[in-house]
Amino acid sequence: MASYWRKTWPFHLLVLPALILCIIFQYIPLFGVVIAFQDYQPWLGIKKSAWVGLTHFHTLFQYPDSKQVIWNTLIIASFKLVINLFVPIIFALLLNEVVKTYFKRILQTLVYLPHFLSWVILGGIMIDILSTDGGIVNRLIEALGGQSIFFLGDGSWFRVTVVISDVWKEFGFSAIIFLATLVGINPALYEAAEIDGATRWQQVIHISVPLILPIVIVVATLSLGRILDAGFDQILNLYNPLVYSHGDIIDTFVYRVGLNNGQFSFGTAVGLFKSVIGFILIIVSYRLAYKLANYRIF
Amino acid sequence: MKFRSRSYAVFAISNHVFLSLLGVLCVLPLIHVLAVSFSSRAAATANIVNFWPVGFTLDAYAKTLANEKFLKAMWIGAERTILGTVVSMAVITMASYSLSKTSLRFPGRQVYTWLFVFTMLFSGGLIPSYIVISKLHLLDTIWSLVLPGAVSVWNMILMLNFFRTIPQDLEEAALIDGAGHLRVLWSVFLPVSMPSIATLSLFTMVGHWNSWFDGVIYMSKPDGYPLASYLHSMIVSDNLSRIGVSAESIANFSNRTVKAAQIFIGALPILMVYPFLQKYFVKGIVLGSVKS
Repeated sequence: MASYWRKTWPFHLLVLPALILCIIFQYIPLFGVVIAFQDYQPWLGIKKSAWVGLTHFHTLFQYPDSKQVIWNTLIIASFKLVINLFVPIIFALLLNEVVKTYFKRILQTLVYLPHFLSWVILGGIMIDILSTDGGIVNRLIEALGGQSIFFLGDGSWFRVTVVISDVWKEFGFSAIIFLATLVGINPALYEAAEIDGATRWQQVIHISVPLILPIVIVVATLSLGRILDAGFDQILNLYNPLVYSHGDIIDTFVYRVGLNNGQFSFGTAVGLFKSVIGFILIIVSYRLAYKLANYRIF
Repeated sequence: MKFRSRSYAVFAISNHVFLSLLGVLCVLPLIHVLAVSFSSRAAATANIVNFWPVGFTLDAYAKTLANEKFLKAMWIGAERTILGTVVSMAVITMASYSLSKTSLRFPGRQVYTWLFVFTMLFSGGLIPSYIVISKLHLLDTIWSLVLPGAVSVWNMILMLNFFRTIPQDLEEAALIDGAGHLRVLWSVFLPVSMPSIATLSLFTMVGHWNSWFDGVIYMSKPDGYPLASYLHSMIVSDNLSRIGVSAESIANFSNRTVKAAQIFIGALPILMVYPFLQKYFVKGIVLGSVKS
C-alpha cells in the first residue's frame, strides 16, 4: 500500500484540482435533488424543509401546462433531430462533389461561422430580421406579394422558426464529421467504378453513401439520447410570453417556474424527471451506437 | 478525376450555384445587422437598409462605447474569459496527464475516469447547482462564472487522447534524468502539445465569451453581468427594468442602430479569433468523434 502511494502520488495530486471542482459543482448538486421531494424553503434549508414525498411529481403529471411542455419538447426536438441529420449529410455530399479547393475552403468558412456565435447574438439578429415592423425578411415577403408573418409571436410559426434557425446555425458544423469521412474514402474505389462505367451519380449512391452510413448511424443514435434537449439556449433567447404555449420546453419551464417564480422544489422535480429519462435514453443510445456501428467513447 | 458527361457538367454548375447561395445565406443576416449599425437612425427607422449602410454614420458605435454599463459588461466578459480559460485549461491539462497513463503505471485511473465521465451523463440540474453556489457565497463573484464549468470532461478526453500519442520514450528519458512528473508535464508534454492546447483554449474562450445564462442567474445585480448576459437582457429579453435604466436611455437602446452596433461588438471577438479557430477545429472534432 505504502509503495503504491509512493509510486503514484504525483498522478493523484494532478487529478486532485479537477476532482475537487467536479465534486463541488457536479456531485454535491446531485444530492441537492432531494429538494424535489421536499417543500424547500430557502430560509429553512434542506435540513429543515418539510418532506412531501412525490407530491411534486403528481402535480407534474396533472398540471395541464406540463403535458404541453413535454409535448413541445418532443415535437421541437424530433423535428430538429431529423432535419439536423439530413441537411448536413446532403450538404456534405454536395460539397464533396466540388473539386476546386479554394471554393471549398471559402464555403466552409462561411457555413461554419454561425455555429460559433452565441444565441444571444443570433437571437438579437433573428428578432431584428424577423420583426413584423420592417424586418428584412418580412419586407422581402411583402415585396414578393405575400403577407407579413409574425414569426416569433405566432405559436406554430415560432416552432418552425426555432427548427429552421437551428438548422441554419448548425448544418455546416454538423457536416464536418461527414465531410471528413467522405474525404477519407479511398479514391481507388471511385476510379475502379469509373472504369466499370459507373456514372458519378451511381458512384455516390454505391460508394459514398454506404461508406458514410456507419457515421450517420452513430450521429443519429447519439442524438436520440438527447431528444429531451430541445435547445434551451436558443428558445430562451427567442421566445416571449406570446408563444409560451407552443415554445416552452422542459428546460425553459424549469427556469421560469423554478427560478423566476421561486418554486424551487417543483422546478427540481421537473428537472429530475427530465434527467432520469434523459439518462436512460443516453445509456440506450450509447448501447445502440455500440451495437450498430461499434462506437465507443474511449 | 474527370467527369466528362454532359449531365454531370450541368449538375456541377448548379451545385456550385446552390452551394454559393447557401454560403451567402449563412452570413447575410450578420451583414444586414452590420449595415443597420452603420446607417443613420432615420434610415433604419424607415426600413430602407438592406445590405449596405444608408446614410453612413458611426453614431451608434459612439453611443454604445460611451455607455459605461456596456463597457463595464465588456470588461467583465473579458475578465471571465481570460480567468476562466486559464483555470479550466490548467485543471484539465493536469488531470489529463495522469489519466493518459496506462492502468499498469497508474492503477486506480479508471475510478477517476468514471467519476468524471459520470458527470457528462447525469447532473443535479439548475436549482441544486444554484443552491450550492449560493451556499459557497460565490453569488455575485466572478468565480461563479469560472469554477462550475471549469472541468469540461469532453475537453479532458480530447486532451488525454492527445497525450497518449506522445512517445513514451520521451517521458521515460526525462524521468531517468531525474525529472519529476510535474517537470515532465511542464517541460516535455506542454511544449509538444501546444497545437492541441491552443485549440482547446480557443474553444474554451469562445465558450466563455458566449455564455450568458450563468451571468443572468448567478449575478443578482446587472452591474456584474458579463457582456453576453448584458446583451441578453438588453436586446433579447424585455426586462429592461432589471437593468435599471432611465426612460431616455430606453429610447436609446430600443434604437435599432444602437442595438445592431451592440450585437456586432458582441460578435467581434469571435469574428477575430475565428480564423485561428478554423485552422484547428476540424482536426479536433474529427479526433474527438470518429474513433472507430
